[in-house]
Amino acid sequence: MVVGLEVHAELNTKSKIYCSCRNAFGLEVNTQVCPVCMGMPGTLPTLNEKVVEYAVKMGHAMNCKINSVCKQDRKNYFYPDLPKAYQISQAEVPLCENGYLDVMVDGEEKRIGVTRIHIEEDAGKLLHDDAFAGSLVDLNRCGVPLIEIVSEPDIRSSAEAKAYLETIKSILQYINISDCKMQEGSIRCDVNVSVREKGSKEFGTRCEMKNVNSFSAAVRGIEYEFKRQIEVLEAGGTIMQETRRWDDAKGMSFTMRSKEDAQDYRYFPEPDLLTIVVDEKKIQELKEMIPELPNIKIRRYVKELGLSQVDATLIAEDMERSSLFDTCVEMGKCKPKSVSNWILADIAKFTNDTGKKISETPLTPQKLSDLIEQVEKGVISNSSAKKVFQIILSTGKAPLDIIKEEGMAQNSDMGFLENLAKEVLANNEKSVTDYKNGKTNALGYLVGQCMKASKGKANPGIVKEIVIKMLSE
Amino acid sequence: MKLYEKTAAELSDMLRAKECSAVELCKDIIERTNAVEDKVGACVTRCEDALQKAEAVDKAFAEGKELHPLAGIPIGIKDNISTKGIRTTCASKMLENYVPPYNATVMNKVESANMIVTGKLNMDEFAMGSSTETSYIKKTHNPHNLDCVPGGSSGGSAACVAAGEAIVSLGSDTGGSIRQPSALCGTVGLKPTYGSVSRYGLVAFASSLDQIGPIGKSVKDVSMLYDLICGHDKMDATSAYREYPGTFVGLNNDVKGLCIGVPKEYFGEGIDSYVKESVFNAIKLLESNGAIVKEISLPSTEYAVNTYYIIASAEASSNLARFDGVKYGFRAKEYDGLIDMYQKTRSEGFGDEVKRRIMLGTFVLSSGFYDAYYKKAKLVQRKIAQEFSQAFKECDVIITPTYPTPAFKIGENIDDPLKMYSGDICTVTVNIAGLPAISVPCGKTESGLPLGMQMIGAKFAEQTILNTAYAYETLCGGFSCIPDTL
Repeated sequence: MVVGLEVHAELNTKSKIYCSCRNAFGLEVNTQVCPVCMGMPGTLPTLNEKVVEYAVKMGHAMNCKINSVCKQDRKNYFYPDLPKAYQISQAEVPLCENGYLDVMVDGEEKRIGVTRIHIEEDAGKLLHDDAFAGSLVDLNRCGVPLIEIVSEPDIRSSAEAKAYLETIKSILQYINISDCKMQEGSIRCDVNVSVREKGSKEFGTRCEMKNVNSFSAAVRGIEYEFKRQIEVLEAGGTIMQETRRWDDAKGMSFTMRSKEDAQDYRYFPEPDLLTIVVDEKKIQELKEMIPELPNIKIRRYVKELGLSQVDATLIAEDMERSSLFDTCVEMGKCKPKSVSNWILADIAKFTNDTGKKISETPLTPQKLSDLIEQVEKGVISNSSAKKVFQIILSTGKAPLDIIKEEGMAQNSDMGFLENLAKEVLANNEKSVTDYKNGKTNALGYLVGQCMKASKGKANPGIVKEIVIKMLSE
Repeated sequence: MKLYEKTAAELSDMLRAKECSAVELCKDIIERTNAVEDKVGACVTRCEDALQKAEAVDKAFAEGKELHPLAGIPIGIKDNISTKGIRTTCASKMLENYVPPYNATVMNKVESANMIVTGKLNMDEFAMGSSTETSYIKKTHNPHNLDCVPGGSSGGSAACVAAGEAIVSLGSDTGGSIRQPSALCGTVGLKPTYGSVSRYGLVAFASSLDQIGPIGKSVKDVSMLYDLICGHDKMDATSAYREYPGTFVGLNNDVKGLCIGVPKEYFGEGIDSYVKESVFNAIKLLESNGAIVKEISLPSTEYAVNTYYIIASAEASSNLARFDGVKYGFRAKEYDGLIDMYQKTRSEGFGDEVKRRIMLGTFVLSSGFYDAYYKKAKLVQRKIAQEFSQAFKECDVIITPTYPTPAFKIGENIDDPLKMYSGDICTVTVNIAGLPAISVPCGKTESGLPLGMQMIGAKFAEQTILNTAYAYETLCGGFSCIPDTL
């Protein structure tokens, strides 16, 4: 299987790409429009420079060469949601090209080539409803800035496609250039699939699939198309180059247009706009603004910190989680694995249950580190730690203060614990005898009695050691 | 007093000296228009609120307010310049009832100077033509001979000034559309440097060539109006960010030492001998007053018309695609589905010349033909521009005829597009190279038809060509564009 992906992502700039209208989703139809984005006769586009900056950032994040001099082109076609009857895009020279993205698939790293990233404008939306005859058009989305990221045909499985798409999504969020709301259509993708015999160097004829609206649909679509093409070939047929439409509800793709019907977009340089020239200094500045990206973090978490790929991914792909994790690890008070467990268990449960973000709670890296440190040192038990965690969330107090106030500190004083154990053993002669006769589960009972006698504050690990030692004497 | 015969510069002084009021001037223009418009047909839409605006100007003068020198001066606007609330038809069935929701940048400038807009003016449909005959709305007649065309595409803009229906006007020039009708109607018309006047609100024909410019009776008027409309505009990315010192204050009619280049390619076959003679006489007049004349060569001129029609049509095919019946303007009455709606709307809504150019433009941009036509034309464009830059190292201004012939008869060329196109030979190179050029009257034929001379300058050298034109105007004793016969 050979797959290439074209990902369209809407950028979250304040205003649209070629006018000063607000770039916002979900507002009343045809309210975020002006003569320019409505394509009224005589209007002219003026480029929003933020769009270029955002796209350059994505170029850096995907290891691309940035073309500091590039132009914009018109892509001509008729459709009612495209008021100028051309889309301003980039054809010959994109803003970014020749990059790659490393993604983790089943614990292995895979490098996927990035052909190009270019900027363009989004079109409007057609509304079809039984309430009115025909179709109406909402132009609010016209001129919303997009980047199109085109991959090389380097993807070899639907799992790789999924990892690639999810990595792109988390990078977009990391560098904060897109809201990545799939349900609002802020990321969309077109999928190109071909098949060839194992070991063959030649690519097969590809089919392009449009209308793929989610990552899971991309996976289903790729699997479907893969099977379909193999069936055609095995039945002695040939694959025709065509554009197909994915119907996710039916789980099938259908022919949209064949190669002969392919549109001629008659690209030519947009005469209303000047050549884009990005200052080399600016390009460098934007590069320096790129934080450590999730795919790089995953690699580090797995290779250097010993996390599993699943855990590493769950932390790295969420900016808040990874920033909490990284800061705690940097503080060096506790094991990375413990921090990861806390983030993916208790903290994840809290944020999921309450819908709150970590940053909206009083939990800080300092507090989390201190809490875990106390557990790892044996000062408090795991169950106490969970209570402390809840108190931190509700009061914002420091863990050490809470442990003191609540008297949760475990007793690890050897003298005290030995006396305690001696007393418990003396009062439970039957269990001692049972243990000596080989009934090892008597040990658990004896340790439990010690804990009970200490009102839960004895350090269970130490108590266990002392009891074993005494029983063997 | 026939106020409509005066120039804007004269009227500006008269208004300040209280020799006439803005209302009197406006009424005079309205009366004159009532008298001659049926014969000339320059106007698509007349602005009914002109008198009210003139009253406001008089009131402001009475209150002692400092107004722009062009305040109260009646102006006509080509009907492809967007006017908020006033229909802007582009002389097309497609936009017959289209009323723009916004003003072109030049309109904001015209209004803020308190000029009085008297009407929207006829033109070739979407500015495609050299005779104003492709207008869907009406025919415009040359005020000097009503059987003749006024030129085009800004035929209404030139004819209205020559007929006294406005004191000055705005036109647009993509391949000669200000200069050629100016030559044929005996007016002065300036095509500014590409980028010096905002195109925002000008319904695009060919974006990389279009430029709005002034038409008037005298060089002074054109200079004043140019000073008003030029300047950087953040709404137009192709507008040039630079200083625009006024040309009016800099007007100077001394040509001593001025070097005039005369390119032999512009005086060759196809140029009417009467036209050549008039232009040579004009050049001699300038020479005898101190100018230095130099023969130069611009060898790529022979490819200019082809290059122009490829580039302009390519851009037009894309610019005019938005007229699809979906959002505004004409939509075919009966259709079956979306594709049929598109086809019928565009077949019925556009005239033949517009359709011809859309097809030509679509063809040259098509895959498989792009390199052979569009790309090659862009290369020739660069070559033509280079030859001009080279020429301006040796001379200050280049003088050529504006048009090969005087005004031709209505209907004479309309069925022969190639003949019509070839007439653009003298003017298209200027747009291809993005240069400024002015057309001034330089005599008349025996039958009284005006002839035009073109002065081309280096980029942003408006002052140089205006000065040369002003010198010629002074030396030849002034221009008179309104014919007594009308």
